[in-house]
Amino acid sequence: MPVERFNTLVSGYVPLPVDNIDTDQIIPARFLKETSREGFGKKLFYDWRYLGNGDPNPDFVLNDPGFSGKILVTGKNFGSGSSREHAAWAIYDYGFRVVVAGSFADIFRGNALNTGLLPVEVGSAFIDTMMKALELSPAPRLKVDLENQRIKLMPDGISEGFEIDAYKKNCLLMGYDDIDYLLSRQKEIEKWEKTNKR
Amino acid sequence: MSARTIIDKLWDAHVVGDIDGVSGILYIDRHFVHEVTSPQAFEGLKKRNRKVLRPEKTIATADHNVPTMNQDQKVRDSLSRLQLDTLGVNCREHGVSLFGLGHENNGIVHVIGPELGITQPGMTIVCGDSHTATHGAFGALAFGIGTSQVEMVLASQCLVQSRPKRMRIRLEGKLQKGVGAKDLILYVISRMSTSGATGYFIEYDGPAIRRLTMEERMTVCNMSIEMGARGGLVAPDQTTFDYLEGRSFSPKGKEWDQALEYWKTLPSDRDAVFDREEVFDISDVEPMVTFGTNPGMAIGINGSIPPLRPSFMKSLDYMGFSPGEQLLGRDIDYVFLGSCTNGRIEDLRQFALLVAGKRKADGVTVWIVPGSKQVEKQAVNEGLDRIFAQAGMEFRQPGCSACLAMNDDKIPPGRYAVSTSNRNFEGRQGPGSRTILAGPLTAAAAAITGKISDPRDFI
Ligand code: SF4
Repeated sequence: MPVERFNTLVSGYVPLPVDNIDTDQIIPARFLKETSREGFGKKLFYDWRYLGNGDPNPDFVLNDPGFSGKILVTGKNFGSGSSREHAAWAIYDYGFRVVVAGSFADIFRGNALNTGLLPVEVGSAFIDTMMKALELSPAPRLKVDLENQRIKLMPDGISEGFEIDAYKKNCLLMGYDDIDYLLSRQKEIEKWEKTNKR
Repeated sequence: MSARTIIDKLWDAHVVGDIDGVSGILYIDRHFVHEVTSPQAFEGLKKRNRKVLRPEKTIATADHNVPTMNQDQKVRDSLSRLQLDTLGVNCREHGVSLFGLGHENNGIVHVIGPELGITQPGMTIVCGDSHTATHGAFGALAFGIGTSQVEMVLASQCLVQSRPKRMRIRLEGKLQKGVGAKDLILYVISRMSTSGATGYFIEYDGPAIRRLTMEERMTVCNMSIEMGARGGLVAPDQTTFDYLEGRSFSPKGKEWDQALEYWKTLPSDRDAVFDREEVFDISDVEPMVTFGTNPGMAIGINGSIPPLRPSFMKSLDYMGFSPGEQLLGRDIDYVFLGSCTNGRIEDLRQFALLVAGKRKADGVTVWIVPGSKQVEKQAVNEGLDRIFAQAGMEFRQPGCSACLAMNDDKIPPGRYAVSTSNRNFEGRQGPGSRTILAGPLTAAAAAITGKISDPRDFI
């Protein structure tokens, strides 16, 4: 599916400062039995978010009314483990549009971009500052500027640049996806197949 | 042409076109599909009014949520049944071969590809599953993809990919008796950490790798993703060719000769430069067990849990362990032999060798789940099923089973399972389950003692 266009986002952020959050935590395997893409947001971080009896876990950040916004801030190696794109769908479906992390697992990064969810990798000092800033009142917000590849703590905090593959950046800015692109080059692919028979 | 690594050779041989100097269009030779990560991709095709471009390069199987008992009966769980049925409908509609439940070629996707000879050196291979690197054991560029990418490959037989960074991990020395490929790779991950290879394709090389059988090489490559690598591979050699010759889908006659000639050109050139090189001597590696909730948290069977950073304490709390403790001698409740890491015939044979003539410990549940129908058949031909039955252990039907607990095979909350699978994440084997990853011999020793035990005491 074509992805939603992304340019600049200003929003509050939700802190989940844990390293190595794997896809089994983001969306446990038992919820992967759907045959469509919608509705996974309800299952996001399920085993952390709900207690054994199904009640919301009051200690988990998504159940804390003190935090809201379209940006999730987390630790290093986010999204390791399985290739399930459902993890990116769940985060997106819940309402997040950006995940800021110390680093990302490869497959997750690709899946996020294909879903229209922007992965932003920043240094640990920036994450620490964002976490500390949440103690202020009113809590600051983040400005994520894809065009200029910068993330800034608002109103007047620090800012940092981030990397993104030029091709993928363009896809997000324009709302294109890889399939549109590949199909536009189908002739070339078929020609290549003929000369590279195997 | 300048010296190239096997990774460059595979990449160069499959690039249809460049995009921006970093990314390129990569042609895919084999696409494996299963029931869980494909329905939304087929749905996407339908919305675009597209057909699968090259159905003959696409192979489907049912593995993740299949029951491992009574496979001839209707699948009880309605959601699983719907996914399995959807796969059937999609494959029929698009002319894709499906080795569905009960088919003689059915099994875990990463077990059947190699054993049928569908997986071959020199190929690009993808699947909507992170353990696709297993196929790298044959000298193929094999990696896991997400569902959007499954749709891309179905629609165009290509992917947009960036040129991989290359790492070589050389393994020197010789494994001790009673120490296997699983112990080797758990050791390497514990040294590299779970994100230590992020962004790289790994070539495993060195004398210790050359001595491994194909099945053992698959065990090693299988877990590449557990250190964050995009994939891992082993250059093909005589061991590879001997394994492939005569398999159902392997080339035959003149085609075999031609293929062989090509495959022999694949190994990295002598002067080829890697972006990163790591060397490990594996002579002193012991049977390995994990103590935490990621595969990098592993120690030798006689070791103790190291002191940890506070951020890892949550993981130990979940497992019910403390720093400084030994795992040896601790009671366990379940043993699971199976998965795409250790569900092949050699794994079953090793396990059987250790448990033959013994009984499982009281109170321990032992599930032995072959990786495929072919493995199941072979095990029965060799009489392994009788050894398991006499030991009081359950020999089940093929599938992913307790590796990810999408099916009925779940470890109950709080219980300990010694498992030959590849992930010990929180809840991976069922909500609240506690997983201790190990090789088949260590699993067998745990099955007969009911405790974490050193398998070398029993062989
Ligand atoms: S056995 Fe486990 S790791 Fe392998 S494909 Fe199945 S679920 Fe994935």
